[in-house]
Amino acid sequence: MLKVQNINVYYGRIHALKDLSIDIDQGKIVTIVGANGAGKSTLMWTLAGVLKAKSGTMTFMGKPYPPNAHEAAAKGIVLVPERRRLYANLTVKENLMMGAFLRKDHEGIKKDLYYVYSLFPILKERTNQYAGTLSGGEQQMTAIARGLMSRPKILLLDEPSLGLSPIYTAEVFKTIQEINAQGTTILLAEQNAKKALEIAHSAYVLETGRMVLSGTGKELLSDPRVQEAYLGVRHKTI
Amino acid sequence: MDYILGVIAVICIETIATVGLAVFTGFTGLFSLGHAAFMAIGAYTAAILTYFYNAPFILALIAGMIMSGLISIILGFPTLRAKLRGDYFAIATLGFGEAIRVILENMSITQGARGLPGIKHYTTLPVAIFFAVLVLWLTKNFIWSKYGRNAIAVREDAVAAEMAGIDLFKVRMLSLIYSAMCAGLAGGLFAHYLNFIQPVMFTSILSTRLTSAVVAGGMGSITGPVIAVALFIAVPELLRVANMWRLVAYGLILVLIMIYRPSGIMGYHELSFEAIKNLLRWISRGKTAGRKEM
Repeated sequence: MLKVQNINVYYGRIHALKDLSIDIDQGKIVTIVGANGAGKSTLMWTLAGVLKAKSGTMTFMGKPYPPNAHEAAAKGIVLVPERRRLYANLTVKENLMMGAFLRKDHEGIKKDLYYVYSLFPILKERTNQYAGTLSGGEQQMTAIARGLMSRPKILLLDEPSLGLSPIYTAEVFKTIQEINAQGTTILLAEQNAKKALEIAHSAYVLETGRMVLSGTGKELLSDPRVQEAYLGVRHKTI
Repeated sequence: MDYILGVIAVICIETIATVGLAVFTGFTGLFSLGHAAFMAIGAYTAAILTYFYNAPFILALIAGMIMSGLISIILGFPTLRAKLRGDYFAIATLGFGEAIRVILENMSITQGARGLPGIKHYTTLPVAIFFAVLVLWLTKNFIWSKYGRNAIAVREDAVAAEMAGIDLFKVRMLSLIYSAMCAGLAGGLFAHYLNFIQPVMFTSILSTRLTSAVVAGGMGSITGPVIAVALFIAVPELLRVANMWRLVAYGLILVLIMIYRPSGIMGYHELSFEAIKNLLRWISRGKTAGRKEM
């Protein structure tokens, strides 16, 4: 569905992504694991169309990649950015309606509003509250719900567990699986490697801008290198 | 009496430029320190047309607006395409403003630094009021249209707006063109009010005053900047007797606004009949009613 081959992304002279390739199949949850500064967010921004790759090829549904962020959004590639970026001075419902900005089918929007309220019942209670007054977890739910309101084909989630309590984190991951079960492809960038790998169909490990490992979520979970670097498991050296 | 009417006319003219800038700075969130240049372009275009070519006043005004709009595209295309942010964009506009002034000083048709004397006096008080009201009405509709909504979304969070499918470049460009055309109109009226223009009138001091009126009036308000403009012009005029204290008063107003109303005189709100009614009700009830509208 989304194919990226050997892209290179730069910030000025800094080489942030090096010859990176990923392949995302329709209907799957794909996880990118990596430490701080590995390039997870850079990859997300690139896929959302905000950053541009200097070289390499990117295709979406077999067609050339939309060149700009707003065009990517219109094609169904929707990023839920790191740290949520809600409109603090708008209510929860207004934030959600911003997600449906490009849509004109009022019936469909209404239906999707019910759908996201059923996914996140707490948002229904908070519907007229200003987004800036929500707790971190509620804000993250609003951000994901806003992403869903545009009926994305692929949802890019950048660090959805950032700053959340373990309870909220578990809830967010459960919802991600539910969203995926409804047919939305998901690309998940996470530092919480264990949880993210557990729900992933396939996964990649990113290190200083390079893809160093890939496989199914299970394979990576049992890979000693991943366990040592990201899961806190110590392997005895012989 | 003529003097007071004159001050009101100047307020109306600057209101037009400020309201245009309010759309750009207040609603799209980019600061400009060069809008005096757009006033200058509008002023010179209109003045040259009526002065040398005896063009009708209204056509000259429209030509000034169009010229300002076209030149704003030249400024906006590279800067907005590169997504220059905040300070960087402000510096670019500062340079642009100075460049335009130097160009005007060195062209032969503008008669350089000597300026254009003897422009016909077409801008009477009713004309100024008419255009000020027209621009206010247009701007209100612009803000309440989908484009205005887009602009607000961009100001609040450009990234989130982009993720929702808003074309940042288009929104910013449109509001820049709109503000430049308003400034151009104000410039044209200004030239035909003072009957004399020279490049020195359009320095960064004027640009700064326009921008500070928007900020002091409230980013995200249309009526707020209008009040601020009126204050910025009227108070120094009132203090004309105390000559050297006039600029101190201007600075003092700015400082007082920063201390007591940090989000501007009106904040995000508008001054409307509804708001005035609510305020009166609030005063008569003795602070029991909400202060929502103010």
